This record gives sequence, C-alpha cells and structure tokens, in this order.
Amino acid sequence: MNAQDSLRILPEIVLTLTGVLVMLIDASLPAGVLRRPLGWVAAIGTTVALWASLWQLNLGTTTGFFNTVETSPFTVFFHVLICGIILVVLLLSMDTLPEHSHHQGEYYALMVFGAVGMCLLTSAVELLVVFIALEISSISTYILAGYRKQTGQGPEAAIKYFLLGSFATAFLLYGIAMVFGATGSTQIYEIARLAPSAQNHAFIVMALIMMLIGMLFKVSAAPFHVWTPDAYEGAPSPVVALLSTAPKVAVFAVLLRVTYEMLPTLRPLWSPLLWAVAIASMTIGNLAALRQQNVKRMLAYSSIAHAGYLLAAFAGAGNTGIAAAAFYTAAYSAMNVGVFAVVTLAAGYEEQLPLISDFRGLLYRRPLLGILLIFFLISLIGIPFTSGFFGKFYAFSAAVGGGAIWLAIVGLLNSGIAAAYYLRLAFSAAQRPEDVDRGLKIALPQAGVAVIAALAFTTAATLSLGIVPNEVLRAAQTAAHTLQPPPADSQTPEINPQPQPHP
Amino acid sequence: MTHINQSILSWILLVPILGAIVVAILPDRGKLAAWLALATTLITFGLTLHLPAHFIPGQPGFQFEINTRWIELGTTGQGIFYHVGVDGLSLWLVVLSGLLGPVGVLASWNAIRERKKVFYSLFLVQQTAMFGVFVALDLMLYYGFWELTLVPMAVLIAMYGRKDGPKAATKFFLFTFIPSAPLLVAILWLYAKTGTFNFTELQSLITAGALPAGALFWVALAFLAAFAVKVPVFPLHGWLADSFSEAPVALAMVIAGKLGLYSMLRFHVGLFPAQAKQIAPLLIVLTVIGILYGACLALVQRDFWKLIAFASVSHFSLITLGIYGLTFTGRDGAIFQTINEGVIEGALFVLLGVLDTRYATSQIASYGGVAARLPRTASFFVITILAMAGLPLMNGFVGEFLILSGTFTGVSRSWAVVATLTIILGAAYILYLVQRLFYGPESPMAATQPAKDLHIGEWVAVAPLAVLMLVMGVAPNLWLRDFQQVAGPPQHPVKYVEMLQPGSNSVSHPAEAR
Repeated sequence: MNAQDSLRILPEIVLTLTGVLVMLIDASLPAGVLRRPLGWVAAIGTTVALWASLWQLNLGTTTGFFNTVETSPFTVFFHVLICGIILVVLLLSMDTLPEHSHHQGEYYALMVFGAVGMCLLTSAVELLVVFIALEISSISTYILAGYRKQTGQGPEAAIKYFLLGSFATAFLLYGIAMVFGATGSTQIYEIARLAPSAQNHAFIVMALIMMLIGMLFKVSAAPFHVWTPDAYEGAPSPVVALLSTAPKVAVFAVLLRVTYEMLPTLRPLWSPLLWAVAIASMTIGNLAALRQQNVKRMLAYSSIAHAGYLLAAFAGAGNTGIAAAAFYTAAYSAMNVGVFAVVTLAAGYEEQLPLISDFRGLLYRRPLLGILLIFFLISLIGIPFTSGFFGKFYAFSAAVGGGAIWLAIVGLLNSGIAAAYYLRLAFSAAQRPEDVDRGLKIALPQAGVAVIAALAFTTAATLSLGIVPNEVLRAAQTAAHTLQPPPADSQTPEINPQPQPHP
Repeated sequence: MTHINQSILSWILLVPILGAIVVAILPDRGKLAAWLALATTLITFGLTLHLPAHFIPGQPGFQFEINTRWIELGTTGQGIFYHVGVDGLSLWLVVLSGLLGPVGVLASWNAIRERKKVFYSLFLVQQTAMFGVFVALDLMLYYGFWELTLVPMAVLIAMYGRKDGPKAATKFFLFTFIPSAPLLVAILWLYAKTGTFNFTELQSLITAGALPAGALFWVALAFLAAFAVKVPVFPLHGWLADSFSEAPVALAMVIAGKLGLYSMLRFHVGLFPAQAKQIAPLLIVLTVIGILYGACLALVQRDFWKLIAFASVSHFSLITLGIYGLTFTGRDGAIFQTINEGVIEGALFVLLGVLDTRYATSQIASYGGVAARLPRTASFFVITILAMAGLPLMNGFVGEFLILSGTFTGVSRSWAVVATLTIILGAAYILYLVQRLFYGPESPMAATQPAKDLHIGEWVAVAPLAVLMLVMGVAPNLWLRDFQQVAGPPQHPVKYVEMLQPGSNSVSHPAEAR
C-alpha cells in the first residue's frame, strides 16, 4: 500500500470524512439547534467527492490495494453519477424534512455513508470488497427507509427492505463462495483468466446464477421485485428518490462487471437469463403499475419496468450493451430523482396527498410544479428530446443490433402500456381542479434555494441528456471500452480501447 | 440570400420554441401571452413564406437543406443528423402550418380564459413539432418531432377538455403512441442493417435492393400502421371523435390528417415503393369503406364536433385513396387535397368554435335559425362548407376531381364509382348540418341567448382562409406545379406509370385539372 493507492479511493475517503464530520458536529451541537446547515456540509463534501472522482481520470486505468480497487473511466462514470444523485437528494431533503425533525444530522450522515458504499461498489474488482461495499450501502439505506417511523408503513418498509435485502446479499455471498471454490480466487480479473478453463464447472454456473439473483434483487428486477412497492410506499419520498436510483446504479455497475468482465465466456448462459428477466420486469412492472392508485407505489412499479428496459441493453452485440446500459442508468436517474423531487414537493414529507386523484389540479394550483411533473412523466414515458427517450433508444438500438428484435418490440410496446399510467398522473395534474382550495388546506413544503437547485439540476440533466447527449455518450463509450479484463499481469494493466463496432 | 436559404428552416423551427420560452417566463397577465403568441406565429408565418418565394420548381431533390451531425453514435461518423429540407411535397404543408399558427391563436383569443401562459407556450411547442415533422429528413429526427407532436396536444386536451378531457387525451395519446413503438423498432432495424438514418441514403439503398425483401415488408408495415392511425384510416379512427369534441379549437384543426398523410407519402410510399404497391389493394378497400362509413355516420350525428370527425374520416380516406392509387394524378390530388383540408378544416373549426363558445353546446338540435343573429358567421360557414362539399371553382373540387379521376383511370372504375358517392353523401350531411344550425325556425336557445357575431380577431382569422379556398380553386396550378418534382416517385423501380392504363394521359397529368 502506498500514497498512490489512497488516491484511487479518494472520493470514498472524502465522503467518509464528510460523514464523520457531520456526525461529530451533530453530536456536539446542543439539542434544539437547527440541524439544517449540516445538510450543506454534506452537500459540499459530496461535491468535493464528485470533483475528486473527475480528477481520477488523470490516473488512467489502474488498480490499487493489491488489485482490489480499480480506477478507470468506468468507475469515474459511475462515481460521478452516484455523487450527483446523492447531492441532489441532499439538496431536496434539506428543504423538505420537517424543521425540528428527529435525527436530521444522522439522516445526512447516513446518506453520505451510503454513497461511500455505492462508490466503492463500482470500483471494486475483488468480490469480497464488492460484498463489503454492498453491505455499507445497504445498511445505510435500510435505516433511511424506516425514517418515517411514526407511521405504520415506515417500519414495515424498513423491515421488509432489510429482510429481503439481507436475503439477497446472502445469495450474492453464496455465489462468491462458489466462485472461490471453482477458481480459488475472488479477484475479478483472476477469475476471468481462470474461468474459461473451468467453463463447465457446475460451481461456476451455480455461482453465476446465485450472484445474478442477488444482484437482480437489489435492482428490483422481476421476479425479485416484491419488496419494492412496500419499501417505496413507506419510506420518505426524498429517500425513495435515492433508493430508486443510486443503489441500483451501483449494482448495475457490478452486474456489468460480473457479466462482461468476469464471466464473458458464460455469455450463452447469462444472456438468455437476463433476456427473460428483462421481459418479465417490463411486463410485470407495467401491468402492476396500471392498477395502482397510490403515486409512490405506481412509481415503484415503474422503476421495476425501467430495470427491465435497462437489462434489454445486455442483449447488445459484443460490448455495445455496456455503453447503452451505463447511459441508461444516467438517463433514468436524472428523471426519476426529478419526479420524486416533484412528488415530495407536491405531497409533502408527511404525504398528505398519496393518491393519483389527489394530484388533480396541480397545474392550476402550482403551475411550475405541475409542468415539471408532466415533464418528468413525459420523460419516463420516453418522448423524444428527453433523457428517457434517448436512454431507451440507445438500449433498444443495442438490442436490435444484437439481433434481439423481439425483445425490442416487447420493450417498446411495454412503454406504450407504461404511457397509460404515467398519463393518468400527468392528466390528473393537468385537469381543472374541482375545488381550488382543497390542496391548500394542508401545509406543504415551501420551495427554498436548495430544493430549487435540486429541481433545476434534474430538469437540466433530463433535458440535456435528451438533446445534447454527446458528452455523456462518449463518457459511457469510454467506460465501456475499459470494462475488459486487462492482460494477465494486472499490475501494469493497459487501457484497451478497441473501438467497438456499433450496431 | 444564400445564407438565409441555408438557415431558414432552422429559424422556422426555432422561433416558435423561443416564443414558447418567452411566454413561459413572462407573467400571466391580461392578454400578454396571447399577444406574444400572435407575434411569434406571425413572424414564423412570414419566415415560411420565404420558402415558396425562393423555391425552384422542377429542381429535383431537396432544397434549403441543412445536414449536420447532432448525436454521435460510434466513432465512424455515424449518428443522428440534424438533416432538414423541403421539396414540393412538404413546401406547402410548411406554409400551411405557418398560416394556421396565427389562425389558431386568434381562434383561442376569447375561448381560452384560464392558464393562458401554459396554453400558448404549449401551442407554440406544437408549432415547432409540426414544422419538424414536415422538414425532417433524418428518420430519428423525424421520429422525435412525430412523437413530440403528441405531448402539447394531449396535455392541452386534458386541461381544456369540454367534458372529460383526460379520458380523450389518454385515448388520443395511446392510439398514436403504441403504433409508434413498432415504428421505432423498424427504424432501429434499418439502422442496424445500413448504419444510417438518412432518408435519401436509405431510399437509394432500398431501391437498390440492399435489404431483404421479406423483412422490409414488415418494416414497411410498421411504418404504415403508425401513419394510418394518425390519418386515421378506417378501422383505426376510434380516437378521432373524442379528440375533436374535447380539444381546444386551435389544436383540433391540426390534430388529424396532414401529419399522417404527409408521412405516408414521404416515408411509406416514398421509402418503400415496392412494399407500398404490395399493400395498396388492401388500403384501397379500407379507404373506400372509410369513405362511405365516415359519410354515413356523419349523417346521423347529433353533436357537430362528432359530425366533423366522421366527415374527416371520410375526407381523409379519400386522400389516402389518392395516395395508394399510386398514380401521378392521384398523388397530386392527394397532396393538393391535404392542403385543402388544412385550410377548410381551419376555417370550419374556427366557426364551430365560435358557436361553441357563444352558446356553450355542441348539440345540433339546440341550434336553429342562428343565421339571423350571426350573419357573418353564417356566410363564412356557407363558403367553407361549399368548398368542403367540392363545389367547382372551390379548392375542394380540384383535389377531389384529381383523386377520383386518378382512381378511375389508374386503379379501377368500380372503386372510383363507389368512392364518388362521397360527393353526394358529403353534400348531404354538410348541407343538412348548415340547415339545422343556421336556418329554419329560430330555436328557443338562439332566441333567448344573446350572442355577438364574429369579433375582429375571428374575422381576421377566417377571411384569408375563405379567400384561399377561392384562389386555390381558381388557380390550382400555382400549387400543382411545385408537386411535379416531388423527390421519389419518378426514380422508383416501381414506375407509377406501370399502374396506369396504357394510353392514359399520365405525362401531362396536371392538365386534367385545368
């Protein structure tokens, strides 16, 4: 270990220090002092971490800490995305958490610690580090999910999320153990080197399936999605903005590593599995969402469907799917955080307006919020000139390029079904209210600087990823190129930027 | 002048969007939003007039073309291009959309009372989307604008629906959105096989037979299905009646017809001539059914919005017949009639909107003898419906004549005879409507509710349209000459001429109209 090694986990170090700092300040402040400024501390720390990850591009593609952690355009892409999500969610929380609420300091600290886990998850190239990082991120999110503990649903959400989440992690750990049994290593590049010789080893196949189950649980892909609606309904809306994006982004990064980098030779096995899961997720998610009356449950099922669209990219020929999947995570995060930000503002932290019909007349009561809600929903539907469309375009274009035309047809017809429920919410907001005063009787959070920044940020991201996505596309493509096992001697790995033939 | 020619289309696309942003930023006070929208649409209309002024008739290919890379896909120069241009086919449709902009704003002047800011900014976004559909020559760019047209329309139907806006808006949205899923897959498949979204390149590749014909059939079908819903062609018209009765007037006049008809001509017949020929017999049958079905249902409607909806099904089916007759005469008639319908429906919707805002009902039975109270409305209405019914010397006559004569000589006499029934039925339902609305004994409603005749804004909106109906009827060649060099048909392997009977006067085709 040396100083160089520390630079490779610089964002994680910055985030950890920020989290500790927030906790210490929180503990030393007397009771009764507003904890809101702690949010700014956390936000500044996250911003620094974001810049630190960008700076890491200078390091090239290298590994550190005995080949357990990697720095590459791939990790930087996901680091920046995760830090961005955390930053927006922190900004959103500051204005929407009730002022004297319970444990605000811990709330911010947990978010930052969660970010440490997620960032580490994307840069780990050693399965045990993957496991540890996953636990760090999961434990923070389990606690955050139960933050509305005075309601009945809060604890239910947390417990369900915790039990099923631990179950999933256990699957993952089991898979890691089996890989170790088959190859004698837990280092991803080592396994990639050894696995072809143990190609048909039953352990490898079992291990792959176990690990896939574990990860698909975490990204809430069907049929491992049952925890999602309950967890999202019970958790506070700003936390759901986080839950539905950042941990999934991180786990998708691991999924890309495990499939494309660790076991590319098993593609004939994992590709059809992911196909089936993609179709199941889209269809189940969308059909279930059609019947929901509760806004957050509906969006929960919609996130299941989006996991399916993303998995469709894995059908891409060669490595074209990686860039598409990476881009989709960014596109999806921008619009999903945005829509939850609007829902938080429109319904309040205590969620006095949980139903779709409660949103009626939002456009008349609060025009800007109504327009933004419709905008994000339009993006979730996948209308051109928004991030949602371009993400879908790129994912399905990879799938069609890989010959999976039926997958694309099913996927795009599914987005037709999806339009039906998104539009129900959008048009409910657009409809003339029956009684203008109804929504005004309850106290709703007032838009402050932080929340306006959060909304501006997500809106800008959703629009720019739909209109001028070139920069992010290039970043995703560079990330995709680095995601290949380096030569056997991984001490001096080289970037291997073979231009990928595009569909 | 050349630099204007090279950027004019970008300005046409950009000005409405900029207007929308300005309207959205400024406060919603008084008529400010409406004035701004009027100014923006007038400027845009002025810009569109630049096109016919500098258009060179007879020059093959596209004019005012712009082609730069917009989104990079891969490193080899592939990607989505900002590729726009007009030819004889899209030229007048762009101008028509430009003209209907200010007409729409003036028609909404008094009808829209709440949330004017949202209304006018979305209306302007709609303008850009429409222009985009007509000028885009990159399939993804086209698809982008095509889908974008849905959004402002659906949101505004939901907001301003007369009875149940959200239901009609959802119906409208899903009817168009779901068929465009296969369309996107088809476009992606073409890209996967050829590596380009460029219309002209794809056209030459497909003509050269570079793609397997079996798969192309399905690709072409996916294109056709998406367009047929938007027109709408006979069994796919379920959304139209609801949308017409719920949509604000300014949007109802552009909701159906020209987008789908243009797309059929450009991207189905133009891109897949062989496949279009294969499927043409089916479409001819469907359109003839649609012509009669729409006309018969229009006869028995009690609500005038619904009546116009079914009348439109009949009229648009006739245009589709012109397209899929695959004759030069029919094609010219179809393009001309598409423009005619834009003008006629524009005026019709403004006038019916006048009635609806004055009396707050669209039940025909409540009206009667309104002409005495609203004489100017009545006279404009009569001019419009005469054009619609195809009175000689009005524009409707020229278009219908070209389509029907093309069908008669080029397709089949019996179909043409059946389709010609539309002239009789059309006259029947439309004259019956006028009689029930404006003439006859004064109804209790008309007698008791005082109503003002056309105000200046509405008059300004309708008068140019009425003049156009006459001009286009008397001097159709001003328009028809621009259609002759519509890129595509003459270079196709399937010569349109093949479809014509030997000895027919296909060479001097517009001459039939003269």
